[in-house]
Amino acid sequence: MTDLSLSNQAIAGKTVPPGEARALRLPTQWLGVAPFFIFAIMFLILPTLYLMLGAFQNDAGEFTFENIAALAQPSIVAAYWISIKVSLASSLIGAFAGLAIAIAIVRGGLPDWIRSATLTFSGVASNFAGVPLAFAFLATLGRLGLATVLLNTLFGLNIYAHGFNILSFWGLTLTYVYFQIPLMVVIIVPAIDGLKKEWGEAAATLGATMAQYWRMVVIPVIWPSFLGTVILLFANAFGAIATAYALTGSSLNIVPILLYAQIRGDVLHNAHLGYAIAFGMIVITGLANVFYIWFRTRSERWLK
Amino acid sequence: MKAGRFWSWVVFALGAAYFFIPLIATVEFSMRMRRGVYSFDAYKVVLGDARFQATFGYSVLAAIFTIILGVLIVVPAAYWIRLRLPQLRPVVEFITLLPLVIPAIVIVFGYIRMYGSNSPLPFLATDTGTNALLVIGYATLALPYMYRAVDTGLRTIDVRTLTEAAQILGAGWGTIITRVILPNVLIAVLSGAFLTFAIVIGEFTMASLLNRPAFGPYLQNIGANRAYEPAALAIIAFAITWGCMSLIQILSRFAPKSANRPN
Repeated sequence: MTDLSLSNQAIAGKTVPPGEARALRLPTQWLGVAPFFIFAIMFLILPTLYLMLGAFQNDAGEFTFENIAALAQPSIVAAYWISIKVSLASSLIGAFAGLAIAIAIVRGGLPDWIRSATLTFSGVASNFAGVPLAFAFLATLGRLGLATVLLNTLFGLNIYAHGFNILSFWGLTLTYVYFQIPLMVVIIVPAIDGLKKEWGEAAATLGATMAQYWRMVVIPVIWPSFLGTVILLFANAFGAIATAYALTGSSLNIVPILLYAQIRGDVLHNAHLGYAIAFGMIVITGLANVFYIWFRTRSERWLK
Repeated sequence: MKAGRFWSWVVFALGAAYFFIPLIATVEFSMRMRRGVYSFDAYKVVLGDARFQATFGYSVLAAIFTIILGVLIVVPAAYWIRLRLPQLRPVVEFITLLPLVIPAIVIVFGYIRMYGSNSPLPFLATDTGTNALLVIGYATLALPYMYRAVDTGLRTIDVRTLTEAAQILGAGWGTIITRVILPNVLIAVLSGAFLTFAIVIGEFTMASLLNRPAFGPYLQNIGANRAYEPAALAIIAFAITWGCMSLIQILSRFAPKSANRPN
């Protein structure tokens, strides 16, 4: 059966004019990418669109802005605000610390083994997130954690008496930095490697100081990758839930935890409000990316 | 330059302190279970726990299926784009970056609403369907890493020439992909696979919201109820991640000279 129909198609293909024959061949052109696109549409794009549309519908399916307006209630605004603060703080600290480490190991004249060891470790630590990371920080900076106890016995510094709490904004930020820094290192090291030696030599020949070389050559070249990574780190922290949930339970009210509670038990007593929260998360991470693309096109103009 | 080196050491030392103190603290904490002496009791308790074995096994299986699904989706697409449809590259790159933009919790929330028992595609109506949906969800999470790994692998070989050479020698598409392209990007694919494994093995959000008996929710449960076992589990999880990354490094040494060697 199949054989017959295939040969029929081949014959049909021969009889039609060349233009149409090409149109007939189009599906095979797409065959290689079809699984990818079907997968992406079904399991990435449609589910997201579904939530985004749901954010603008009420229970009867009518169009409304009520759900978006309902996001303005204080508890939800507070959740967004603390999420943004934690993500911003952890991505900025992670980005600058990661950049410093990357420059130190690539250009700092450190032995080669340090570079490879750091890169290997960064690969591991950037993926060491989620629940186990929370356990590690509880064991370090929790009330009975090693660092807490040592600081107290060695230096008489009781960090908990000074207002530190692992279940707080700074506790969570400090924990997130543990995967943010290595992620920055992993992504930015190739960019720093990409700085050609000749550029440094050319700058030196032209009489540039080290500071000028950095300001006028290095930073403009690294800038797009750096900015892109900061945004990646931001989104990374903004959507993360496992670490925060295992660390603080629900005592720190960040957006993903709020959404998690909403999905599990409709704590807001309004299903469509859940959609609106999800929509808000996508808008924030999406906006971050728009900024990134805007910055990148601006800086790429200078790279050409 | 001397001063530069000094500051490099300072930066490196600070970084090392930040990264090693939590690990040392966790090891120390995990060995405190028996009063007064250091012991491996917490590890014994954890490894002997039937739920640990069951959930860990479940997650390993989920990871393997995720890797297979990821390879089946990504390798043909990345190859085809290099060979025939370079104009689609920006679109595909954009899509593969989406999972980094859309949080996992949002993706799985969409699944729960779209593929519920009353939907046209009721994945969530059966256990098998839910397991499949979890693997699919994991494959979306791994998509950015898998695509980048495979694409980097493809970049280092001349896809067009290899394909044409194979075609001249009479190879069909199946032969070309399995015997010419795949061996050349195998190291890249395996790197992507181990990275996927590291991401999936302790994943919490999706498994928990889909109510799967996976390792991530088990970890969370132990964390909420026990004192010393979580520290032991954290060390075990770190060792697993380390193992995956080491395997990637070791593999890259076996990579063919033409592939994966940008220098």
